[in-house]
Amino acid sequence: MSTPATAAKKKVPFDYSGYLRAGKLPHIWCPGCGHGIVLKSLLRAIDVSGFTKDQLCMVSGIGCSSRTPGYVDFKTLHTLHGRAFSYATGVKLANPELKVIVASGDGDALAIGGNHFIHTCRRNIDMTILVYTNYIYGMTGGQYSPTTPQGAMATTSRYGNIEPVFDTCELAKASGATFVARGTSYHCQELEKILLAAIKHKGTSVVEIIDQCPTYYGRQNKLRSATEMMEIFEKNGTVSVKQADRLPPEKVEGKLLRGILYQVERPEYCEEYDKLIEKVRGQ
Amino acid sequence: MAEKKKKLLQGNEACAEGALYAGCRFYAGYPITPSTEVAEMLSVRLPKVGGKFIQMEDEIASIAAAIGGSIAGLKSLTATSGPGFSLKQEGIGFACMAEIPCVIVNVMRGGPSTGFPTGPSQSDVMQAKWGTHGDHPAVTLTPSTVQEILSETVRAFNLAERYRTPVAVLYDEIVGHMREPVVIPDPGELEVVDREGPTCSPEEYLPYDDRYDVPPFAPFKGEYRFHITGLNHKTDGFPTNDPAIIDWGNRKIVDKIEKNRESICENEAVYLDDASIGVFSYGSIGRSARYAVNEVRERGVKAGLLRPLTIWPFPDGAVSEMAENVKAIIVPEMNLGQMIHEVKRVVHGRCEVVGINRVDGEPIHPQQIIDIIERYS
Repeated sequence: MSTPATAAKKKVPFDYSGYLRAGKLPHIWCPGCGHGIVLKSLLRAIDVSGFTKDQLCMVSGIGCSSRTPGYVDFKTLHTLHGRAFSYATGVKLANPELKVIVASGDGDALAIGGNHFIHTCRRNIDMTILVYTNYIYGMTGGQYSPTTPQGAMATTSRYGNIEPVFDTCELAKASGATFVARGTSYHCQELEKILLAAIKHKGTSVVEIIDQCPTYYGRQNKLRSATEMMEIFEKNGTVSVKQADRLPPEKVEGKLLRGILYQVERPEYCEEYDKLIEKVRGQ
Repeated sequence: MAEKKKKLLQGNEACAEGALYAGCRFYAGYPITPSTEVAEMLSVRLPKVGGKFIQMEDEIASIAAAIGGSIAGLKSLTATSGPGFSLKQEGIGFACMAEIPCVIVNVMRGGPSTGFPTGPSQSDVMQAKWGTHGDHPAVTLTPSTVQEILSETVRAFNLAERYRTPVAVLYDEIVGHMREPVVIPDPGELEVVDREGPTCSPEEYLPYDDRYDVPPFAPFKGEYRFHITGLNHKTDGFPTNDPAIIDWGNRKIVDKIEKNRESICENEAVYLDDASIGVFSYGSIGRSARYAVNEVRERGVKAGLLRPLTIWPFPDGAVSEMAENVKAIIVPEMNLGQMIHEVKRVVHGRCEVVGINRVDGEPIHPQQIIDIIERYS
């Protein structure tokens, strides 16, 4: 068995085929989209995590990233816009043996699913939530989302977006998530490590993934290519939390932190419910 | 014979008893008057039987979690009232499309909007049929007594599991909060239907296998890995744009209910054999109608009552038969006239159809029905 780390040393490419459903590719994502990179990081992390395909359940809402479950050979559930967290809560509580991973875009998780997102974090139910932040509604053709930067163009902000943005990680932390991290599709090996830690964490783990949508965000904002977007938003727009302390403030200011930003232990919802059952039955 | 266990129960408590009897082991809900007691009682009782109860952040999350619980293998329930029923509609549509069994209880109160939370109505009967978008199946049961709330809740679970579809139980605030003596059925006394699982291997399993009207459902447990989506899908559960498959999928979820009308529709017929005037009445108002029919019978007026326990699918056959024999059909409803349109559709001019409507939060009294019966007799 080779872990991705040793595989890299030996230059043996990781074989994704065991985790992908035969006949379901090519995926629907546009050229230059980062969702495929994220999927690969996720599958490498899962491979190391030790969870089997039968144990894994991937749930999503609606949007480009929410199509991820269709490609992976797990128990997969593609639900309604914003509601993935609630479906996932039902699945996990009814069968706590499953390892549940939710894939959700920034609009799905933070706009229509905002209420479900914060309450899922608050309960600290064992679940890994991936929030793909590409600053736009991709599937509906490029409308502004709760993460679209102020001033940015979208098909519904033709004069520049005037709305302030959510900080996904701060929101997750304030809501009670016990693992909060940020990665990018540019730093795909680092993302793999973050995702592995998130999957191994007991409780609600939230990973925001800065990702690029060249088709809708890029074109409307005069960013000429996916690589240009990755350089601006991901390579230069973020700084590793490990480096941030050592860098002068001007090199950190205005940049998003990458890495595991917050991790604590707190009672997990399903375990607490099982204790409640034991207590009630013991009476 | 041993003395039957009798309990003084509120309608909402009887609903919870019925759910437990049917094997419900998952409840997700959100507090709303006048249905909250269902949740309160299940929050106490479910953990005692190893079941799961969760109070979600809203009504949308509640139906979503209930569907999730069902997908993971537990019989699932959510209970609400009108405003919450509106919010649950998108989830109900998902359950129709993805063919996930679950039961939704709606204890009807006055509407629209926040309306009259502590008063009864029957104004959600059309929402139960058409509330979610798109063509879809609807199975809706309308108990009229506390005892019937128990037995119809059991039947709702049975129908949901048998047909892999959401089933709504609609009763109103009157019976929801009424207390009546209820005979608790012994185990085995009422039929309890459990979900049919697949017999094939995980590799061969198709969640929407077209060899079946109702394909076996493998919960998210063990070795069966497959895909579920609210999109139009193929037999393997994956999305499709193929017009022929979209047509097949849209028709089959409706057809599986239509084909089985006979076993889904249940009615109570009172004096219909020789009736010259009919009353069509459901839910708590069915009790006023029964009283009215008995009362006028004593005076020799040949009135009869058709009281559907299943309003969706609509009992076309029973209404049509009644229309052949009566001069008029009276349809008392605590709304401005909803089921009367279905009665008129089936009657198709063969007799008069007369509504009695009340939307002041008060029940329709027997005397109101008696007055109209006498006018047409």
